[in-house]
Amino acid sequence: MNALKKLFGGNSRQFGMIFALVALIVFFQIFTEGRTLTPGNVINLFNGNAYILILAIGMVLVIIAGHIDLSVGSVAAFVGVSVALAIRDWGIPWYMGVLFGLALGALIGAWQGFWTAYVGIPAFIVTLAGMLLFRGFNQFVGKSNTIPVPEDFQFIGSGYLPEIGPNTGYNNATLLLGVLAAAFVVIMSLRRRAANKALGADVPEMWVDTTKLVLICAAILYATYLFATGRPGTSFPVPGLILAVLVLIYGFIADKTVLGRHVYAVGGNRHAAELSGVQSKKVNFMVMMNMSILAGLAGMIFVGRSTASGPFDGVGWELDAIAAVFIGGAAVTGGVGTVIGSIVGGLVMAVLNNGLQLLGVGADLTQIIKGLVLLAAVAFDVYNKSQGKRSITGMLLKNFQRNNNELKPDETTQTKEVISREA
Amino acid sequence: MTTLNTQGDPILLEMRSITKEFPGVKALSNVSLRVMAGEIHAICGENGAGKSTLMKVLSGVYPYGSYTGDIVYQAETQQFKDIRASEAAGIVIIHQELALIPELSIMENIFLGNEPTKWGVIDWAEARKRSLDLLARVGLRDDPDTPIKEIGVGKQQLVEIAKALNKSVKLLILDEPTAALNESDSQHLLDLIRGLKGRGITSIMISHKLNEIEQIADEITIIRDGKSIETLNVKRDGVDEDRIIKGMVGRTLESRFPDHEPKIGEVFFEVKDWTVGHPQIQDRLICKGSNFYVRRGEIVGFAGLMGAGRTELARSLFGHSYGRFIKGQVYKDGKPVQLRSVRAAIDAGLGYVTEDRKSLGLNLLDDIKTTTVAANLRGISKHSVVDARKEFSVAEEYRKSLRTKTPSVEEGVAKLSGGNQQKVVLAKWMFTDPDLLILDEPTRGIDVGAKYEIYGIIQRLANQGKGVIVISSELPELLGLSDRIYTIFEGAITGVLDKNEATQESLMKLMTSARKTA
Repeated sequence: MNALKKLFGGNSRQFGMIFALVALIVFFQIFTEGRTLTPGNVINLFNGNAYILILAIGMVLVIIAGHIDLSVGSVAAFVGVSVALAIRDWGIPWYMGVLFGLALGALIGAWQGFWTAYVGIPAFIVTLAGMLLFRGFNQFVGKSNTIPVPEDFQFIGSGYLPEIGPNTGYNNATLLLGVLAAAFVVIMSLRRRAANKALGADVPEMWVDTTKLVLICAAILYATYLFATGRPGTSFPVPGLILAVLVLIYGFIADKTVLGRHVYAVGGNRHAAELSGVQSKKVNFMVMMNMSILAGLAGMIFVGRSTASGPFDGVGWELDAIAAVFIGGAAVTGGVGTVIGSIVGGLVMAVLNNGLQLLGVGADLTQIIKGLVLLAAVAFDVYNKSQGKRSITGMLLKNFQRNNNELKPDETTQTKEVISREA
Repeated sequence: MTTLNTQGDPILLEMRSITKEFPGVKALSNVSLRVMAGEIHAICGENGAGKSTLMKVLSGVYPYGSYTGDIVYQAETQQFKDIRASEAAGIVIIHQELALIPELSIMENIFLGNEPTKWGVIDWAEARKRSLDLLARVGLRDDPDTPIKEIGVGKQQLVEIAKALNKSVKLLILDEPTAALNESDSQHLLDLIRGLKGRGITSIMISHKLNEIEQIADEITIIRDGKSIETLNVKRDGVDEDRIIKGMVGRTLESRFPDHEPKIGEVFFEVKDWTVGHPQIQDRLICKGSNFYVRRGEIVGFAGLMGAGRTELARSLFGHSYGRFIKGQVYKDGKPVQLRSVRAAIDAGLGYVTEDRKSLGLNLLDDIKTTTVAANLRGISKHSVVDARKEFSVAEEYRKSLRTKTPSVEEGVAKLSGGNQQKVVLAKWMFTDPDLLILDEPTRGIDVGAKYEIYGIIQRLANQGKGVIVISSELPELLGLSDRIYTIFEGAITGVLDKNEATQESLMKLMTSARKTA
């Protein structure tokens, strides 16, 4: 157990969540008699949840900055219907439709960001209004009808990687992607280790890193195998690819860029950030705008997958996204959270949903179980914090992870020591 | 009920050898206080001397058991476990920050937590009758239904007293009651306190305004560095302001300063006619046409009592981050500069270390290296991408040069002691390479050893040719550190003294009066 803790990094919610995710998968794999980890089911799982996970990426930034966005479902639906109408009525090609959708998302985001950042209305209120507004707009412009989208547009929601190269019995593109992903993880991890060592920072023991890498690569390659051996015509889904790219981009932004630093700074202590020269209004505007752009993208992917836009698309999505973020280790008070954590949180919910469905559990019981899981995950974390233990900081996720430290009484410097040193 | 002292006056309250410790700090050590029934007893001392702590012990904010010593009140040893217990005994404290709810009416505030009820339902008729009576006693003629936010601070203070009277107060504690009041409101309040004395209500008053104390108090207890120094009888001992000041500052210099040979250059930073309004209250000025300058390599002290407007001046200069800018001009190297945002101020070479480290200075979720680079992310990033290696090495460099005690720069700042936190904040500003660094209470909440180190850092910065402004409530600190000291009283600069002509007495005089000296 100690070795396990070392591997996954102390007593953390993320450790708990990855552990829970693995345990859930194993549990359902056993109790569904192997129906969980089949190519068809895994592909289905990704396709059916990619849009929620994309929302979770935007939502975690909003929550880190100390806000919330309740309007994402409505925004997604409004963008979806607008794009469907634009393609049908104006005859624009699918890629112009996507650009149009992103632009519309940006416009909506600018509206919400304006009220939140520059007028100073709490995001809860602004987006509650947005939830009503954009749901109304969705039904107004779509006249509450179902509007189909053409097949080429459906590709972004239900497409797969193409078959290329010789016939190997597997999907070659998926195999290539899987190998690349594993190689990427290994190279990044080794580079980071070397860099940290060169700087003289803490480096975990070699076996910890090695075991971690072996486990992660095994997981990636197994997933690759599953995606590459689906029924003919299926492989790694396009929404999954979009999601992967977004995770990389936003993980990078949150962790490595000045903008990302500013988001954490504003959420952690807005006044301190302002007195360090951070333009907090601009930061708030950006995270709110970004959320609506991603909501627009999620809406389009959903429309692509369900082949048509409808008046009730996206109902309740905001809650799934918010739940994913909090299960993934974010704090309600802001300043804490990670992109990768939110994805893990979202996957926990997705696997739970999927597994219960496979077991034939009804929608009523599924909701009850999901509610309890959300509560338990956050309660676990609150309990840990109250015990004065380090709450979140996984070695596994260390480089995506921000510290969350507890206050401790002052240790005093020894006067004599200091003065004698000076002298 | 009450005992008599040797002169035959009844003693209402006696606090005997009160000692109260916080982790690492002894806030009160063996403090004694004796208050006669029916008198007005003033408590004087510098900021941080322990006055408010003593009152919090008395009123049960720090419950019995968290301090040592005895509280004897009405001839009985008391063990207050919370404020309710002390209030039940007739001790009511009115804090410096008023505890009124702005949205509720005068009447609702008076009876908050103490509502007259009939069968569990609030009896508003009774409440109204009683509040009219209470308001008459404090001389407030407003309608009891007026919301608190619609009446001025002076009247709000009266409502607080009415609230205390409603609790059948015997001993009223007032913490800086006139700090936020203008001249006539202050006078009205003092008259009221005197009137209450006539009705047998004893008062303990903490105040920095020595002229008021001289005017109203019967006895004065002076507290210095957490110890009770003396109790003066105003009439018998013929006490005046100078006598009180002598008691307050008469300590031997305990803190030590590293040796420092100032290398002062020419004037490079100048502020002219700096005038700033209060952020909320119209017509109220927090900086009244201030003029001052700083020379290269100079450490300039700013002395003033709490609420005099030192921090407000600093923050309004630092990118207009506080108050409403009205007029004034900043010159740097002889050229006028505009500092309309914090970013602009940082770019112009200013740095500001706040007095409130935890709520304004640090993101307690961050680690040391993130904090060190927070005000100069450009310095460690290329095309807006943070270079983690550079960040680490910068933080490591400052950790070594400032001798920050920490296992690693990846440690969270929340885990550091006050002194080490302050070093990290200093590192953050040093990394922006400022020409003028404003340090607001740089050693607040820091133990003596770390103070010595911080002084050394400040002197090193000055020796590098930077200008340093030090705002401090501790006069010995200002005297030991500064080359020149400005004094501020009620938002106006009242004087400037050179290192060799400044004494605690001369500073205190300028800090407590509006007398203008050339």
